[in-house]
Amino acid sequence: MEDSLKLEEALLSMDRAEVGTILEGAVARGELDVAITGALESIGQRWDAGEVALSQVYMAGRLCEQAVTQFEPTPPTEGVAPRVGIAVLEDYHMLGKRIVLSVLRAAGRPVLDLGRLTVDELIDRVCAEQLEVVLVSVLMFPSALRVREVVDGLALRGSNAKVVVGGAPFRLDAELAGRVGAHHVGRTASDALRILAELEAR
Amino acid sequence: MNTPMTSLGRTLETLSHREPDRVPAFLLLTMHGARELGLSMREYFTSPANVIEGQVRLRRKFGHDCYYAFCHASLEHEAFGGDTVYNEQGPANAGAPVLRSPEAIDSLEPPSIEGNPPLQRTLDIVRGLVEAAHGEVPVLGVVISPFSLPIMQLGFPAWLDLLHAALEEPAGARRAQLDRLLAINQSFCVRWANAQLAAGATAITYFDPMSSSTITTRELGVGFGMRLARQTIGQISGPVGIHFASGRILPILEDVVSTGAAVVGVSADEDLATLKARVGGRTSLLGNLNGIEMARWTPAEAKAAATRAILAAGPGGGFILADNHGEIPIQVKDEVLHAIVEAVRTAGAYPILASEAS
Repeated sequence: MEDSLKLEEALLSMDRAEVGTILEGAVARGELDVAITGALESIGQRWDAGEVALSQVYMAGRLCEQAVTQFEPTPPTEGVAPRVGIAVLEDYHMLGKRIVLSVLRAAGRPVLDLGRLTVDELIDRVCAEQLEVVLVSVLMFPSALRVREVVDGLALRGSNAKVVVGGAPFRLDAELAGRVGAHHVGRTASDALRILAELEAR
Repeated sequence: MNTPMTSLGRTLETLSHREPDRVPAFLLLTMHGARELGLSMREYFTSPANVIEGQVRLRRKFGHDCYYAFCHASLEHEAFGGDTVYNEQGPANAGAPVLRSPEAIDSLEPPSIEGNPPLQRTLDIVRGLVEAAHGEVPVLGVVISPFSLPIMQLGFPAWLDLLHAALEEPAGARRAQLDRLLAINQSFCVRWANAQLAAGATAITYFDPMSSSTITTRELGVGFGMRLARQTIGQISGPVGIHFASGRILPILEDVVSTGAAVVGVSADEDLATLKARVGGRTSLLGNLNGIEMARWTPAEAKAAATRAILAAGPGGGFILADNHGEIPIQVKDEVLHAIVEAVRTAGAYPILASEAS
């Protein structure tokens, strides 16, 4: 807990050296995951509350991701349940996906980066990769509406993959995720950690 | 005060912090014009005649108070050599960044306005709307701020990386590249804004989401964004409204007011009455209906939301009703737009009963 509080402040003040020092100590105590997860979840909650800016969330994830590569190799993308992929759907705005990727990798969560995909491409990849969870990031409202086609298309193909959505349209309209049939919605990048932990526990 | 005023007259009256006949309503419609004319987005936006006709038909249909010369944000990215990717169900997107790395900034040159097709099309749109307005309707031009344009020029992640690398090493190459990029963008922004004003635009909307507290820290938003805004707006030869595309601004409100903008576009995430009280007549407010929620509103919900906004910020003038993002989604139905305009004609007729909350 103490590590994650100190880490949170170091990340928000962009103190790269202090971040490294704190993580070294956390590694020595076997608490790297706890420190990172706690710090990034708290930053995510503060972003949701309007206390920190999107640029801070992005840089916090990047700093953690960069620092962690000193201690751990890139997490495997295979062999760990649930199998998770992340994609930007239809639009071209990659920042949200980038932030979530940083958070997941920094926390040691394997995730397959699917890039930017159309509806049909995403359905095909989820089925081909036998993904159990697909994280869908959008910025544009019409892209958010097309999540419905992804959910319906996966069901038609017999996939049980859970569709987790995130992005500005879902923050601006609390009812939108339900309307498009998403199984879960994350308001912050760090919500992905919580949602994956919940799905893993089932 | 029952004599009908022109849209321009009531807009100028409210911006002078006096109460006109009613609250002006700016329906910032873009894609609806393509639907009105039955055209694809590409056909619509690449023809000035189509956009002019679309704006005229939309205003005739809904009875709102402006013509909007904005097509899509990627227009300026096109001017720098980028692409626009059209979408039949939503706003056009910028294609791949024109600056593939920060090193590309070293050889970046600002575009000329003369002979630049997307910019010349916009000037034709402005001129056509001015002619259609007959001096009775404000014609709004748009520029993207020097601090926000790099989101498209570099891509958002690369822009944030450059900013933070420049801050970490103030004497390094990244800081030099940052300064060069912002200087080029500022010079272009001033020329582009003034070209639209010379073409007859009534005012310029200065879009600056990057400076908002939603997107960036106070250090960056004020230290870079608002400093650039003050300098840039100070060189624009006409009235300027500053807009943050749904971004929050309360933490930096005093700096926003100090830019000299005559009107500030505000977020659905922030309380209109609080914003109105804090600006205290130093600038006017534009907003703040949630465009994403608007897509599922019934006419009754639309009228209620518009009425709440009017009651919160209308008294005393200094308020224009609009959406909070600067562009209404194509999914918003005509009946909802009619309801919003109906609200300004009823609840927005002056004198307005003050809200209990204010």
